[in-house]
Amino acid sequence: MQEQNAFFGGTEDYIASEELQNSVNVAVSLGRPLLIKGEPGTGKTMLARSIADGLGKELLIWNIKSTTKAKDGLYIYDTVQRLYDSQFGDHDVSDIRHYIKMGKIGEAFLSEKRVVLLIDEIDKADIEFPNDLLWELDIMTFDITETGETVKAKHRPIVIITSNAEKELPDAFLRRCIFHYIAFPDAAMMQRIVRVHHPDLQQKLLEEAMAAFYWIRGIAGLQKKPSTSELLDWVQALVVGGISPEKIGKELPFLGVLIKKDQDFNALLQRLQHPDAPKRTTGPGILRNW
Amino acid sequence: MFINFFYMLKAHGVPVSITEWMMLMEALGRGMALSSLSAFYHLARAVLVKSETYYDRYDLAFAGYFKGIETPLELTEKVLQWLEKALPPRLISLAERKQFENWDLEELRRQLERRLREQQGEHHGGEKWIGTGGTSPFGHSGYHPAGVRIGGEAVNKSAVKVAAERNFRGFRTDETIGVRQFELALRRLRQLSSKVEGPKEELDLDETIQETADRGGLLHLAWARSRKNTVKVVLIMDSGGSMVPHLRICSRLFTAIHRSSHFKDLRFLYFHNCIYQHIYLDAACRIDSALRTEDFLRMLGPDYKAIFLGDASMAPSELIMPGGSIDWYYNNEEPGINWLRRIAGHFSHAVWLNPLPAAYWDRTEGTFTINMIREVFPMFELTVEGLEKAAKKLQVRK
Repeated sequence: MQEQNAFFGGTEDYIASEELQNSVNVAVSLGRPLLIKGEPGTGKTMLARSIADGLGKELLIWNIKSTTKAKDGLYIYDTVQRLYDSQFGDHDVSDIRHYIKMGKIGEAFLSEKRVVLLIDEIDKADIEFPNDLLWELDIMTFDITETGETVKAKHRPIVIITSNAEKELPDAFLRRCIFHYIAFPDAAMMQRIVRVHHPDLQQKLLEEAMAAFYWIRGIAGLQKKPSTSELLDWVQALVVGGISPEKIGKELPFLGVLIKKDQDFNALLQRLQHPDAPKRTTGPGILRNW
Repeated sequence: MFINFFYMLKAHGVPVSITEWMMLMEALGRGMALSSLSAFYHLARAVLVKSETYYDRYDLAFAGYFKGIETPLELTEKVLQWLEKALPPRLISLAERKQFENWDLEELRRQLERRLREQQGEHHGGEKWIGTGGTSPFGHSGYHPAGVRIGGEAVNKSAVKVAAERNFRGFRTDETIGVRQFELALRRLRQLSSKVEGPKEELDLDETIQETADRGGLLHLAWARSRKNTVKVVLIMDSGGSMVPHLRICSRLFTAIHRSSHFKDLRFLYFHNCIYQHIYLDAACRIDSALRTEDFLRMLGPDYKAIFLGDASMAPSELIMPGGSIDWYYNNEEPGINWLRRIAGHFSHAVWLNPLPAAYWDRTEGTFTINMIREVFPMFELTVEGLEKAAKKLQVRK
C-alpha cells in the first residue's frame, strides 16, 4: 500500500469534475470503497475504467445481476461438477481445491499488484447483498470454508461501487463508503465532454446542439430526460447525417436518439407548436446560466 | 474539531454516525481538506452524507454552521412549488406596458413579504399573486418591469454560497418526485413465500439426496422453484373534481403501481368523493361500470392490501348524511362514513394516501372530512416518504 499517494485527476477520454476527483482521492487514500450514484448515462461505469487508466492499474469488473449472491464474488465451489465427476471418476475428486473458483473479489485479493475493482450496479442484487460483503471489504480477508484456507488481500484493491438507486442500500454498508453523487454536468462541462468524444466538431454545431439539448431537458414533466450518452449519440448522428447547424434548432433532426418515450415526444411537440417556445429566446440564456 | 457541525447536521436530519465522523477526522488529519473551506465542504459531504436526498439538508446545515445564513425555509419552498406548473411566457403590448412604469424597489419588497404571508396556494396568470405567466411583480415567465424573479439561477462561487444555493433541493425525499421513486417505495411491499409458479432453478438438496439414494447412488439432481411475492393489492382512487389539481402526481403513483410487476394480483377501482353502495371499474364513475360495494368486498378477500387515494375533502354532508352523495341522481341510504368503516373493517391492511400535503390537513376546506376519514384509515401524504411509511404500515396488521 505504498502507492497511496497516487493521484487521480481524470484521463484524456473521461472528464471528471473537481469534486469527483476529490472524492476518488479521498476514497483511495482512506482505503474505503467509493459509492457512485447518478442519473443513468452520467458515466458511472466509465469512471472506474478511467480511474484504472489514470492510476495505471488493472481493472476487474464484477457485474451484479438480480441473482448474484455475495459469496459468488469471493469464490464458487462447484459441487455439481464434483458430484458428476465422482460418478465417472475421471478427475481427482478428493482434492476440493480443483472445484474452487475465485470470484472477482477473490481475484482482486490474490492479484500481485493493487487493482481497481468495480462492483457494477450493486442495487440490482438482493436487498441483503451489500451487507453480506461488509466484512470482506472491511478487513480484506475471507475464508474458504470447504478447504479451511484464508484468502488475504495482498494489496488492498481500490473498490468502486455503482448504484442506480433501484434499491436502498443498508445503512451499515453506507457508513463504510465514501459517497459521491454525479450531478448532471453543466453546459461548460458538457462542452468539454462532447469535445473529448468529437474533437473536430464545428463550434457552431456544438452550440446549437447543446442549446437544443438543454432546452429539451428543461421541459417540465418529461418522463425520461435525455442524458449525456444520448447527447453524444445525437451529436454523432448530426455529424454523420451532415446536418447544418442552422437546422438543428428549427427541426430537431434525429429526435428519436434523444427522446425515447411517446409521451415525451408529445410533450415536446406541444412545446414546439407554441409560438415562441424554441431556443431562439431561451437558448443562449440557458447556456449562460447552466 | 467542528464537533458542533456534527450536531448541526444531526439537527438538520442528516443521519451521521460516529464511524463516519471519525473517518472525516482521519481524512482531515491527513490534510485532505487542503486548508480550504470548499475542499472541506466536498470532503465532508463525501464522507458524511450517503444519499443525494440529504445533500440539501447538508447544504442547509453547512450554510448555517459556517455563516449563519437564516433561511425562511418553509416559505420559499412553498413558493417554488407554486411556480412549478408554469404557464407559457406572456407577451405584453406597448399599451399594457404603460401601467407598469411607476415602481419602487422598497415598496416591492414590502409587497412581496405581505403576499408571502397572505397567499394560500398556487396562482397562475393573474396580476397580483405569486405565480407564473401573469403580470404580478412576483414569480417567473410573466411580465413586470420590476418583478422579483423567484426561482432563478445563481452563480457558483464560495463553498458557503454553493451550500446556500441548495442545488439539491430536488432530491429531498419529502418532495413529490417521479414514478421511479414510487416504484422503489412500493418494493417494500412484498412477502416472499410459496412455490407456486415460475421456472425451477434452485437446486433442491433434500430432494436430490432422496432421488440419488432411490437410484442406488446414481446422481440425480432435483430442482425447485424460487420464492415468489404473494402480495395482492387493490388501489381505490377518487376521481372527483377536486382531484384534478393532483392529476399528475396521482398518475405517477398509478404508473408506479402498474409497473410493479411483483404483485401477485393488482386491481384498480374508482369512486367519486366518497364510497357508497357502489364502486366503479372506470374513472368516469358511470353507473354502467358500477359494482355493488358488497360484491366487491366479497370478491376481494381481506388479504388484499387496500390503498385508497383521494384528497378526502368534501362537504361534510357527503360523508355523514344519508342521500348526501355529490351526484344528484345518486341516492345513498346509508351515509358514506358507514361504508368507509365497513370497507376498513373488511381489509386487514388498508391505508389512505392524500395528495394534499399533511401540513394542510388541519387547515383546508376539507379539514372536517379529512379528520373523520383519518380516524377510519391511517392517512399518509402522497410523497415518497409518505408512501414508504404507508408501505410499512401495510406490512403489519392494524
